[in-house]
Amino acid sequence: MSMLGDAAGGAGRYLDDRLGLAKVVRKNIRKVFPDHWSFMLGEITLYSFIILLLSGTFLTLFFDPSMTETVYNGAYGPLRGEEMSRAYASALEISFEVRGGLIMRHIHHWAALIFIAGMVVHAFRTFFTGAFRKPREINWLLGVALLVLGLLEGFMGYSLPDDLLSGTGLRIAEGVILSIPLVGSYILMFFFGGEFPGVDLIPRMYMVHILLVPGLILALIAAHVGLVTYHKHTQYPGAGRTEKNVVGYPLLPVYAAKAGGFFFVVFGVICGIAALVPINPIWQYGPYDPSEVTAGSQPDWYIGFLEGSLRLMPNWEIEFWGNTLSLNVLIPSLVVPGIMFTIFALYPFIEAWVTGDKREHHILDRPRNQPVRTGLGVMFITSYTILWIAGGNDIIAITFGLSINAITWFMRIAFFVLPPLAFWVTKRACLGLQHRDKDKVLHGRETGILMQLPHGEFIEVHEPITPEERWRLTSQEIQRPAALPASADGNGVAPRGALAGKLRSKVSRWYFEDRVEPATPADVHELESSGGHH
Amino acid sequence: MRPEDSSDLAPATAAAGAVEPDAVERAPAAAVPARTRKPLRRRPLGASLLLLVALGLVGAVYSLFAPANADVDAPGSAQAGRELFLANCSSCHGTQGQGSSAGPTLVGVGAASVEFQVGTGRMPLAQPGAQAPRDYVRFSDEEIADMAAYVATLGPGPSIPSDEDLDLSEADVTRGGDIFRTNCTMCHNYAGSGGALTEGKYAPSVNQTSPRHIYEAMLTGPQNMPVFADSQLTPEMKRDVIAYIKTSSEHPSPGITGLGALGPSAEGLFGWVVALGLLLACAVWLTQKAK
Ligand code: HEC
Ligand code: HEC
Repeated sequence: MSMLGDAAGGAGRYLDDRLGLAKVVRKNIRKVFPDHWSFMLGEITLYSFIILLLSGTFLTLFFDPSMTETVYNGAYGPLRGEEMSRAYASALEISFEVRGGLIMRHIHHWAALIFIAGMVVHAFRTFFTGAFRKPREINWLLGVALLVLGLLEGFMGYSLPDDLLSGTGLRIAEGVILSIPLVGSYILMFFFGGEFPGVDLIPRMYMVHILLVPGLILALIAAHVGLVTYHKHTQYPGAGRTEKNVVGYPLLPVYAAKAGGFFFVVFGVICGIAALVPINPIWQYGPYDPSEVTAGSQPDWYIGFLEGSLRLMPNWEIEFWGNTLSLNVLIPSLVVPGIMFTIFALYPFIEAWVTGDKREHHILDRPRNQPVRTGLGVMFITSYTILWIAGGNDIIAITFGLSINAITWFMRIAFFVLPPLAFWVTKRACLGLQHRDKDKVLHGRETGILMQLPHGEFIEVHEPITPEERWRLTSQEIQRPAALPASADGNGVAPRGALAGKLRSKVSRWYFEDRVEPATPADVHELESSGGHH
Repeated sequence: MRPEDSSDLAPATAAAGAVEPDAVERAPAAAVPARTRKPLRRRPLGASLLLLVALGLVGAVYSLFAPANADVDAPGSAQAGRELFLANCSSCHGTQGQGSSAGPTLVGVGAASVEFQVGTGRMPLAQPGAQAPRDYVRFSDEEIADMAAYVATLGPGPSIPSDEDLDLSEADVTRGGDIFRTNCTMCHNYAGSGGALTEGKYAPSVNQTSPRHIYEAMLTGPQNMPVFADSQLTPEMKRDVIAYIKTSSEHPSPGITGLGALGPSAEGLFGWVVALGLLLACAVWLTQKAK
């Protein structure tokens, strides 16, 4: 025992003398992390990324990113004798001949779907709880960058096997690039190195897919997690939690054990699914041939919203001076997502401008206490989901026996009608929940027990809530609309920035006009002195 | 092994029996002999006469050039078929098979069409809809053969494929795959599991269909499916396609089957609901306060 301890101590001293680690480690192992299931979402993403790196490394050992033509002579009968690229042939080889190859492909693909899904859910947890507020705006931007890189990386992975589905996806990407006015065809030549599909694209994409983008993602993840440690983790409101402390478990041993355990849980779930549920049966698609298409061609889920916006868009084109501006492609595949991602990235700055709040926030909001923000988030999710569902309109049509035209028209209308409706409903729901919280503070929890008073009146028995809970329900700060700026000085000259100020106060009114102010001690007091009746 | 016979294909159908890819919307294009189903629009007399003469000519030329398909000797008994037809089909298709507002004319659709439509349970049509769905079969093989024989007497049309037509022993599965991907996947999906068409119509799954019915589907082009006449897809190529459908649909799929055949949408849904759901459940469980 003591020998072991001596050895460990010796090793530690050796390293400390050379790397100066002791201080860093001592500081960090005492770092405290709050415990909540929603704080594990980022971890799901991180661990899927690690699984992607591991399984991807395996795949690189056998995948040959070459467009050289070859005649297939492998294990899959229905394709034997078929001409195809080396890329596709080697992907088939991984599926049928390499030991463990198919499950590695499954693991890699499932982990990719989960990686991006986890990222999205994590982003919305951050959004709805206001964790993007000062000082974490930069980290929000890093997160958005990671999301965009994730989409790009996933799309390239989907395109590499050079099967019919990959090629169809690239064909669409080609159309999107070509729809960029003026420079589209130059950009296309730059990427594809010639006419579609060409022989350069797959090897180029392969390099970007296995080296450049993963490298960038890794670096950004390091910065992202580094900033989380530096800022310390946010926490939900509760008794004893302030803007100045963090309540939770220390990194060692509790948190590290939990997080480490969770890695294996994520690994296990992904492997289990990969073993049981096939994904992307490339051998059924056949090799890519520009003259072929297949029903059920669909991108992976995260590109689905782009597919949907393409499918919803009416066929508009503008002709001028012999040029065609393909609005039918440009708007749905570049303008709409461009706007969506810009708003998404800039939201922390927009909200900071509206509230004019320059303070740091480490205590999270409960989503109901921010009815407008929560409403906006749900509105965004609604628009996104409609596009996403529209991308699978053919699958919905065949699965439920509906008309694809009817679905498309329904979705077109829904895209404009449902998001505002979702906003309104969510905002009302939040205000309703706030009212309920206030009632709970003032009158206690409803027990469902009815009691008859001596004079015959029935009342419901309310059970008082604990002080901890009362704190949780009343600690949020009250936000009121910003005052209108002084409109003009004595000489009738508007001060500089008056217009912006006016706009700000308008938006701020829209944000905070409808509100439920939490119960104050005075309210409670008044209620008690009036004998608890209402 | 690729047979070198692709030279006898029409120019438009060069590679592996490709049919114009724009066949998706509405089928029998120029390559298929005219089969008029819709009543002629009212026109000035002269124009209609001209049209009639032209049509007659086309018909005459067609019957000259389609001798193999035009034979009337389907195996069943046309006499018994007529009885069955009058009892079960005439309400929609007319007592002479001339058609009515409830069903198209059957003159010239051929025995193959009847065997396909009745043999897959599509006919007699149970209720009007976007398209006649596959259903349980309501007649015995013999009765179907009788009705087929009867309809074949109404006018020349594709006849029932013979046993040699369906002999798959020499078929080239790989070439069949090529032909299938060029001509069929755009409607029937890469895995043959079906796909949606416009206005609630759909191309059904072909994986459970018997070789005979696949052959007849190609010959007769039911509803929104194009006709793949022997001039476009030779009987040999048809056999290749059937062999491919049979081999690939019988290829064991790893793990839980069915998901892969619908494409990435189903995978995405599964990823969100089951995979992420499981992971979230684990996260909630891990962060629960010890009791
Ligand atoms: C309720 C009405 C109805 C009945 C009864 C009915 N059919 Fe039909 N049939 C239709 C309709 C409608 C179509 C056209 C379907 C389409 O193209 O969408 C059709 C199509 C067909 C076709 C295909 C024609 C072509 O152009 O290839 C055949 C063959 C056929 N029916 C045979 C029969 C036979 C044989 C029976 C009796 C066993 C029968 N039908 C009973 C309504 C009916
Ligand atoms: C334009 C789209 C389209 C193309 C291309 C097409 N089909 Fe079809 N196919 C259909 C439709 C629509 C039906 C359903 C017809 C009906 O219900 O009467 C169908 C039905 C079938 C059926 C009957 C399935 C069953 O058991 O219900 C088979 C078999 C079939 N097709 C095979 C093929 C083959 C083989 C090819 C390629 C050579 C092909 N189809 C090309 C649209 C298409």
